[in-house]
Amino acid sequence: MQIKTMAEYFANGETPEVLFWVGCAGSFDQRAQKITRAFAEILTKTGIQFAILGKEEACTGDPARRAGNEFLFQMMAYNNIQVLNNYAVKTIVTACPHCFNTFKNEYPQLGGTYEVIHHATYLQQLIDGGRIKMKEGGTFKGKKITYHDSCYLGRANGIYEAPRQVLETLDAELVEMKRCKSKGLCCGAGGAQMFKEEEKGSTRINFERGHEAVSTGASVIASNCPFCMTMLTDGVKEAGKEEEVKVMDIAEMIVQNMQ
Amino acid sequence: MQIVSQVIFFIALGFAIYLFSRRALGIRRNILLGRDVALNDQPAARWKNLLLLAFGQKKMFRNPMVAVLHFFVYAGFVIINIEILEIVIDGLAGTHRIFAPVLGSLYGVLIGCFEILAALVAISCAIFLVRRNIIKLKRFISKDLNGWPRSDANYILITEIVLMVLFLTMNTADQALQARGAEHYVLTSDFWITGNFAPLLAGLSDSALVAIERGAWWLHILGVLAFLNYLPFSKHLHIILAFPNAYFADLRPKGKMENMPEIQQEVLYAMQPELAPTTPSETVPKFGAKDIQDLTWKNLLDAYACTECGRCSAACPATQTGKALSPRLIMMKTRDRAEEVGRGQAEGKTLLRDYITEEELRACTTCNACVQECPVSINPLHIILQMRRHLVMEESSAPQEWNMMFSNIENNMAPWKFSPDDRDAWIQQ
Repeated sequence: MQIKTMAEYFANGETPEVLFWVGCAGSFDQRAQKITRAFAEILTKTGIQFAILGKEEACTGDPARRAGNEFLFQMMAYNNIQVLNNYAVKTIVTACPHCFNTFKNEYPQLGGTYEVIHHATYLQQLIDGGRIKMKEGGTFKGKKITYHDSCYLGRANGIYEAPRQVLETLDAELVEMKRCKSKGLCCGAGGAQMFKEEEKGSTRINFERGHEAVSTGASVIASNCPFCMTMLTDGVKEAGKEEEVKVMDIAEMIVQNMQ
Repeated sequence: MQIVSQVIFFIALGFAIYLFSRRALGIRRNILLGRDVALNDQPAARWKNLLLLAFGQKKMFRNPMVAVLHFFVYAGFVIINIEILEIVIDGLAGTHRIFAPVLGSLYGVLIGCFEILAALVAISCAIFLVRRNIIKLKRFISKDLNGWPRSDANYILITEIVLMVLFLTMNTADQALQARGAEHYVLTSDFWITGNFAPLLAGLSDSALVAIERGAWWLHILGVLAFLNYLPFSKHLHIILAFPNAYFADLRPKGKMENMPEIQQEVLYAMQPELAPTTPSETVPKFGAKDIQDLTWKNLLDAYACTECGRCSAACPATQTGKALSPRLIMMKTRDRAEEVGRGQAEGKTLLRDYITEEELRACTTCNACVQECPVSINPLHIILQMRRHLVMEESSAPQEWNMMFSNIENNMAPWKFSPDDRDAWIQQ
């Protein structure tokens, strides 16, 4: 895959349409890398002029801030905003709802104001604008799919419909879990929980959610967040259904079925 | 004789108002122990929240059946209070149903409406008692409510039923007395509910009827005054504080954490020393919240507005999976601690650890389900996050894994220990 960095665009005196903010999970987590590649492939196929920051990208500071380390968050924010403003970045697209939330809601107060789009919304826009065209009778046709709302896209930012509209293009049967949309149950990773052991309790949050998702009878659990991906994959495994039920990011589902 | 009852009424009313005001001022003082925060921006949006969330009880309608019952109780309770106005004037002036001659036939219609509402309030409260004590809904039998809070809820429901029954009894006896043309009992049109029951009292003597009417009248108004003073010691305070709480509710997107400008400045000076002031500041800033004085006054208003319904905890992923954290308890403990500090017993304890443990704070996933669910615009997450800030920045208290995550972010620009040089390695794979 040929992907240009912001620095390369800048050196040629060009400006890309969007900056694809990959995020730490999307860069380093083996499972999430597949999401990153799927989304980059969609951007490439649709002819979107996009750039990544590459080695200049750094954690937004979200987990540090939510764990209570405001100093570290502010340091990361300062540096990221410097980099983004130096390149005069206007539009950021990201496949991570935590990065999305931080850019959209928290950086403007610190001097970093951009148009920020989560990839669920971006995919919906590309589909609506006719830039993504779906194949007839794709791989999910007639299959049962359930969608897991990530907290930082859903409750935190009120985006419930865009990912569902994207999934509708797959001609699949979308079944909702009882706890969905604004009542959606967290996967257990938010608030920096991803990076530590869970407190003791009767069960793990991702087991609880995994069971709920599996009990819909869906063969695919669609997610929009690399952390939910990890959590739900483990949850499905714990339910003993890893053979029958796949957890997939919506970008992966689209890339498989676009023309 | 009449003058004696007027004097007793005056004393009872005055005493009730005095006690209530004293308590109200005490609560106001406790709330203002919190740090200052400006919540007066965007008045239009705030009034909208007040109308939709407090008056309209929008969030309650996430469960329509319960919302309708609750709306009966709320509307009934508020509207029947118009009747209290007449009772108070009658009590002070020694009159009886002073509005009846003034309003004419409209009076019967008004009382008829009040009676229907009173019946709906009583029935709804009875259903609520059943939900709490017989059906035993999970959020009501939770250990959060062990002891006083569970009794508190039942006392409120029982008191409301008793008050409504007294109101209806009083009217029934009144109608019977009117029918006999008893002296002092102004003739009105038939009351819609009690008018039908008045004949049941036909066998009683005039004096017995008067005793019932007067007895119910006095018990009702004294009950109302007593309940007024029970209110500010109880979860029932939400009927008042839900309104300011909706007005002052957070208007930011739920995902936006409160910024800390003092740290933002600090980082700016570290990065661009030329901007730093030459004279260092005298005050040592405090980061995050250890006790109620470090929380905002809105957090404390939240605590007093909480009606312990437990919708937050029922939706909380941590509570649902048996963790120590329960957002409802965060609010109840904050209120208990504010009360304690308000009584001048602050010494030797803090909200952190003596009330809220580190284990509870650590279990939060910041998913905002509690904030989403709260019908009275409480934000338990804001308290949790401020206390996490205290733990990490003032006490360097964090799980070892978090310390590793911090150091990875600081050194490798990612929460995991990967080389920043490999950040774009996904392209080649």
